[in-house]
Amino acid sequence: MIVAIVFLPLLGFIIAGCFGRFIGARPSEVVTTSLLFVCLLFSWIIFAQVGFGTAEASVPVLGNWFTSGAMKVDWALRVDTLTAVMLVVVTTVSALVHLYSIGYMHEDPSRPRFFAFLSLFTFAMLMLVTADNLVQMFFGWEGVGLASYLLIGFWYEKPSANAAAIKAFVVNRVGDFGFALGIFLVFVLTNSVAFETIFAAAPGLAGKQIHFFGMNADAMTVTCLLLFMGAMGKSAQFLLHTWLPDAMEGPTPVSALIHAATMVTAGVFMVARLSPLFEQAPEALAFVTFIGATTAFFAATVGLVQNDIKRVIAYSTCSQLGYMFVGIGVGGYSLGMFHLFTHAFFKGLLFLGAGSVITAMHHEQDMRRMGGLRKDLPVTFWAMIIGTLALTGFPYTAGNYSKDAIIEAAYAGGVHQSTAVYAYILTTIAVAFTSFYSWRLIFMTFFGERQLAPAGHDAPSAETSDAAQLHDEGKSARATDPHSAAVHDDHAHEPHDHVPHESPWVMLIPLIVLSIGAMFAGIIYAGPFIGHGFEEFWKGSLYQSADNHILHEMHDVPFLVRILPLIMMAGGALVAWYMYISAPGTADALARANPLLYRFLLNKWYFDELYDIIFVRPAFWIGRLLWRGGDERVIDGFGPDGIAARVIDVTNRVVRLQTGYVYHYAFAMLIGVAVIITWYLVGGVR
Amino acid sequence: MNMAVSLTQYLVVAAILFTIGVAGIILNRKNIIIILMSVELILLSVNINFVAFSAFHSDLTGQVFALFVLTVAAAEAAIGLAILVTYYRNRGSIAVEDINAMKG
Repeated sequence: MIVAIVFLPLLGFIIAGCFGRFIGARPSEVVTTSLLFVCLLFSWIIFAQVGFGTAEASVPVLGNWFTSGAMKVDWALRVDTLTAVMLVVVTTVSALVHLYSIGYMHEDPSRPRFFAFLSLFTFAMLMLVTADNLVQMFFGWEGVGLASYLLIGFWYEKPSANAAAIKAFVVNRVGDFGFALGIFLVFVLTNSVAFETIFAAAPGLAGKQIHFFGMNADAMTVTCLLLFMGAMGKSAQFLLHTWLPDAMEGPTPVSALIHAATMVTAGVFMVARLSPLFEQAPEALAFVTFIGATTAFFAATVGLVQNDIKRVIAYSTCSQLGYMFVGIGVGGYSLGMFHLFTHAFFKGLLFLGAGSVITAMHHEQDMRRMGGLRKDLPVTFWAMIIGTLALTGFPYTAGNYSKDAIIEAAYAGGVHQSTAVYAYILTTIAVAFTSFYSWRLIFMTFFGERQLAPAGHDAPSAETSDAAQLHDEGKSARATDPHSAAVHDDHAHEPHDHVPHESPWVMLIPLIVLSIGAMFAGIIYAGPFIGHGFEEFWKGSLYQSADNHILHEMHDVPFLVRILPLIMMAGGALVAWYMYISAPGTADALARANPLLYRFLLNKWYFDELYDIIFVRPAFWIGRLLWRGGDERVIDGFGPDGIAARVIDVTNRVVRLQTGYVYHYAFAMLIGVAVIITWYLVGGVR
Repeated sequence: MNMAVSLTQYLVVAAILFTIGVAGIILNRKNIIIILMSVELILLSVNINFVAFSAFHSDLTGQVFALFVLTVAAAEAAIGLAILVTYYRNRGSIAVEDINAMKG
């Protein structure tokens, strides 16, 4: 069954990818989507068997991949509770996104390619979560990176999409560099890459020193920091987050599947999977907490002022990933996994809802031009409301259970870990921000008057804000540009000349299913995931050292800590209501009053500009130096070009001998004859 | 005193004719027809040599050869003049200075 789950998407990819143009778009959609629904069914069966039943964790080995000296790498599919949770997340969101894409992409001419890539992504992601060794995990890791690149750049006619795809790929390479080094180091330390061996060896390696750049460092700390670097790249954590907002250039179902629900959580999954290693490296865990908290806070602040509906949700994703890492960093691996699980539902829901809004607005993504869509899109509206409630942690929705648990754990972890205090403060503040930007999105999109003209609704002035927005998009074609949208949407002659319309049912069904998940995933699964029975549920697939009692300690936090996130959430929502519904214009005034802060946030803390100066321009400069100087001047100059130039010089001189006058040729002949005769006469005939 | 013309004198005349012909080709800058005439002179000097040696050796082969050369020379002159006529029609000139289409 597990083999079927992993390889059915690959089959779908091959069918749609290789034969898509022969069988047509509709069969490609049907084949890939129905295969995914089979996977979905099997995954829930496995989840029930492994998580709640008595089925043993198993590792069916499919065959040897390669053996080189001590390095032995097998193709194996590991099935334990951790994998089962990820299987459910991946196949559920993927199947729903496949279904949704049938509606969302129905005007696109290259649908077989789209569905092939979606299935390829699902296959790679399933390979990642079922991996039984680090190399196979790396295979899936790179596979999802490739699929992400292909799907961000799916509309390859748009220069901005290409740029975003390349950016995502390159930034991920930085993280993967660390991940690969981490794998090497693990192999050096344990002489194996298989999880069983590594995990068995990990406790013995605690406190071991390695010689590193002329200094001694704790082996496990260095290893875990390098591995976490990979997770930072994939999960868009602070410093390596810049690719995620740009990745919104891809089609919205892609954003929902890859850049919200599954791929970006691969880093969280990886750290949870390697919990036996991280448990031996408290310094690395403190660093994880620190990065997670910083990301949660940073992304939430940026999300406050963004105007592109997808970018707001993208920063929200970034922020929630930070929460997951805080949960993991304080030692509550199941907290991170639980938030991953619930987040997949409500963030997938929010993205698909945003996609529904974008379709209704004919590929308009700027929230300042939306408004009053509540009556036109009732189903989408209520789905988005549910998603927002879950995201902000409204009582009894999914986010309330997972996010508040993380905040409580951060408070409880403060006794063991200094960064946990920092994390507690930042994540609590970020709750208010999350609530504010989520409700701001809802109010700007669904309430108020419909803004047809690009009014400077939320900016000091329309020009500066539009200029900044243009700058955001990499100075290239905007996603909201009607001309670029018209390439894909035959209806979009004029973006605003139609009444917004509710999406077809094929798009609404995934919204409804995910809404149910966002409502009830928390209340149903909080007990087994993080409650008192968590050991029976995880069955040892998450390791916690003997003195790690964070999951028990977090239940003993003061009442104020328990209630504070709720207060912050309500406060954020009220402020959003006041600024956008009760007294619209307050936001403008506030932005005008603090132009420096507003610009700082709107430009995402100037990270893109900073990286442009530090990395991109020097890279271009070195590239130009090697190209113009090294290649063109030295290699070509002394090589082919130089020789060719000398040949031309010589021939130019030879050419001058050819005057074209007959008597010159005749004279030359005469001279020649005279020379031959002279030689003949003087030399004589022997 | 032997008034008979010796072989040497024939050869000297032939050599003089040949030299005049070659000089005509090289030194002539004006008219392409002069080049054709110079070629005829060269052929003529060759013919004198053929006939002179034929008489000297009492071998008729040389004289037969001379007749062939005359034929070829006539044909060559005819073709050469025909080319010149065509060339003049195309280019409007048969001055030697103007014929340098092969200049590099």
